[in-house]
Amino acid sequence: MTVFNLAIELAYWQQTVIRSVLGLVAVLLPAGTLVYLYLFKMMSFMQSRLGPMEAGPYGSLQLLAEVGKFLQKEDLFPRDADRVVFKAAPFVVLASTFLLVLVLPAGPDAWFINIDTGVFLALAVSSISVIGILMAGWGSASKYSLIGGLRAAGQLVAYELPLVLAVMGVVIQAGTLNVQEIVLAQANGEIFGWGGIGNPFIITQFLGFMIFLVAIQAELTQPPFDMPVAESEIVTGYLTEYTGMRFLLFFIGEFATAGIFSALAATFFLGGWYIPGLDPTDNLFNLIGPLVLVGKMLLVSFLIFWFRFTYPRFREDQLQQLAWKVLVPLSLVNIVATGVLKVIF
Amino acid sequence: MNSEASTQQLSYIANQASDARVNIELETEGMTLNLGPQHPATHGTLRIIVRLDGEQVVSAEPVMGYMHRGYEKLTEVRTYPQVTTLVNRIDWLGSFANEVPFILAAERLMEVEAPARAQWIRTALFELSRIANVVLFLGDMAVQLGATTPVFYAFRDREFVLNQIESVTGGRFHPNFDRIGGIKDDLPKGWIQETKDVLVRIHSFCEEMEDLVVGNEIFQTRTRGIGIIPADTGLAYGLSGANIRSSGVDWDLRRDGGVGLIHDQLDWKVWTHPDGDSFARYWVRLQEVRESCKMVGQILDGIPSGPIMAKVPRIIKVPPGEAYVETENPLGVMGYYIVSKGDLVPYRVKIRSASFNNVSITPWVLKGVYVPDVISILASLYFILGDIDR
Repeated sequence: MTVFNLAIELAYWQQTVIRSVLGLVAVLLPAGTLVYLYLFKMMSFMQSRLGPMEAGPYGSLQLLAEVGKFLQKEDLFPRDADRVVFKAAPFVVLASTFLLVLVLPAGPDAWFINIDTGVFLALAVSSISVIGILMAGWGSASKYSLIGGLRAAGQLVAYELPLVLAVMGVVIQAGTLNVQEIVLAQANGEIFGWGGIGNPFIITQFLGFMIFLVAIQAELTQPPFDMPVAESEIVTGYLTEYTGMRFLLFFIGEFATAGIFSALAATFFLGGWYIPGLDPTDNLFNLIGPLVLVGKMLLVSFLIFWFRFTYPRFREDQLQQLAWKVLVPLSLVNIVATGVLKVIF
Repeated sequence: MNSEASTQQLSYIANQASDARVNIELETEGMTLNLGPQHPATHGTLRIIVRLDGEQVVSAEPVMGYMHRGYEKLTEVRTYPQVTTLVNRIDWLGSFANEVPFILAAERLMEVEAPARAQWIRTALFELSRIANVVLFLGDMAVQLGATTPVFYAFRDREFVLNQIESVTGGRFHPNFDRIGGIKDDLPKGWIQETKDVLVRIHSFCEEMEDLVVGNEIFQTRTRGIGIIPADTGLAYGLSGANIRSSGVDWDLRRDGGVGLIHDQLDWKVWTHPDGDSFARYWVRLQEVRESCKMVGQILDGIPSGPIMAKVPRIIKVPPGEAYVETENPLGVMGYYIVSKGDLVPYRVKIRSASFNNVSITPWVLKGVYVPDVISILASLYFILGDIDR
């Protein structure tokens, strides 16, 4: 990885350290931001209350207090739990999150990996979390956990398909599976010969964007698709028996994944780290690119959390109907239309 | 049982039979799930033993009694004025309404009648406690279906109603304000205007719920056609209140009962819904809050002046006899059967509370539904645990 074109050659171990630290930052920072900004504050304001106000100015250190609380808690196991599976499950979920962040480019040279199958990798590793959730559901030896885990598996598998198919439209239009090149295709694109703002794919792929949003909402098991953790029905589903550190890992995983999926949506549809008016090869983008990406990520995740706090949840069968009868056909139509238009223009 | 219900039962049996055949082939077995006594959706300690086949309910059995406080027995060692302290803990969300039927029954035994002003204030508080109770349901039903926001709006606006109740009675939750022969105190200064402002708030809250919850398509798909209770089945199980009115039975004791409250002098409407499903139960309650607002508004405009207490002895001894008075409480019909032997304390009191009967239909209505619908149906039946167990 070249960091900001510093023109110094780094040893392998130095690169590894920088990669690890930046990877941690890239996972934890969006998670923390989303939890404070949206879960604590926006949700509270929508519900006509103030939210945390005591820890730090406007409650900004509340998250640290929560983490401290979770770290102090006892590490409990249900009596009949399959301990190895129970212990490993949160790490599997978190591993999926860390692998997912790898493909995100944050500037012309600021990326973790730049491979030609980036989209494929992202969609592949995002489904690893299903295994972790199934492990949590089964390993807990609790009926509520089991129902939650099975619901989650069914739901995540069902929504993987619209997720992939929605991205296909972008891939066809950009002509590449490389995430960095998708950003560049949007930056250098033209709308009927006018290249003023590039060509963010949200204009041509609006349907794809909406399907992608719905699908990531379901992938994240957030309302209106939160049956796997439906607290009024099955307590908290596969999370029921978790406490302390392991619950915290699940929690971080959930919100980090929310951030990264939003960033992916921003990359695929809103132009990623690029802002119009500048040359996309400008070295400046290595500096402001991450900020632009975070800004766009916050924009997309605002939508996600807005839906989350507003809607009641579907029933499991209604959710499957929505996936297979509405979203999959719509995204297939989108792919066909994109392909035909791609050939014509 | 009418034809629709029997068809439903027959198709259920057929489904079970075909499922059983599949089960033998696939060698699957059912699962018993213990919903409660500690479960987020039972808001209290109701336990429901659910036998599941996958996520489908094969049988459901409610187990009550985890919160039994023995009020019927305790009243036998309390003087009549002391009993109201106990009974307004039965349905703790609309507590003033619990006192009213008991006091009316005692008044009937003593053959006293409260003065007009006392009756009007009583009715106003009765309806205000209905608003305080049902407003919370309107938010709570949404939270059971997964929408977290409406319940906060409900708590926010319910607060103003509780403030009004508190400024008259001195008690937010447990007013203990109704007396045999009248009420304890007159209205405080400025209360009428303040209450009118609160009614405007509640009205806008109803509009908000209409937009946010009733108009929501996900809410409609989750509640329409779910948990249908036909009118005759509902009546057979003794359902009352909004639960039976949403099955199309036009029966409201405020209009049809004719006991010591002044609902017959007000202009209002009994709402019914033909569907009998969860959506109907929500919708009917929403309309009832609006009607209650209307009623309180009319009471505030037309409240007569005069004394608030009839002439009753300082030490109340109720003459021997029996009386049963029931009123249309927020949760349904609530009645007190008092047997007096001419003593300071009642000889026996039997409390007929609405939620006990409303929950008794659960084994019938939960058969064959999915686990998420168990929660939405229970929420729409709207029970208070204190009202079940007493």
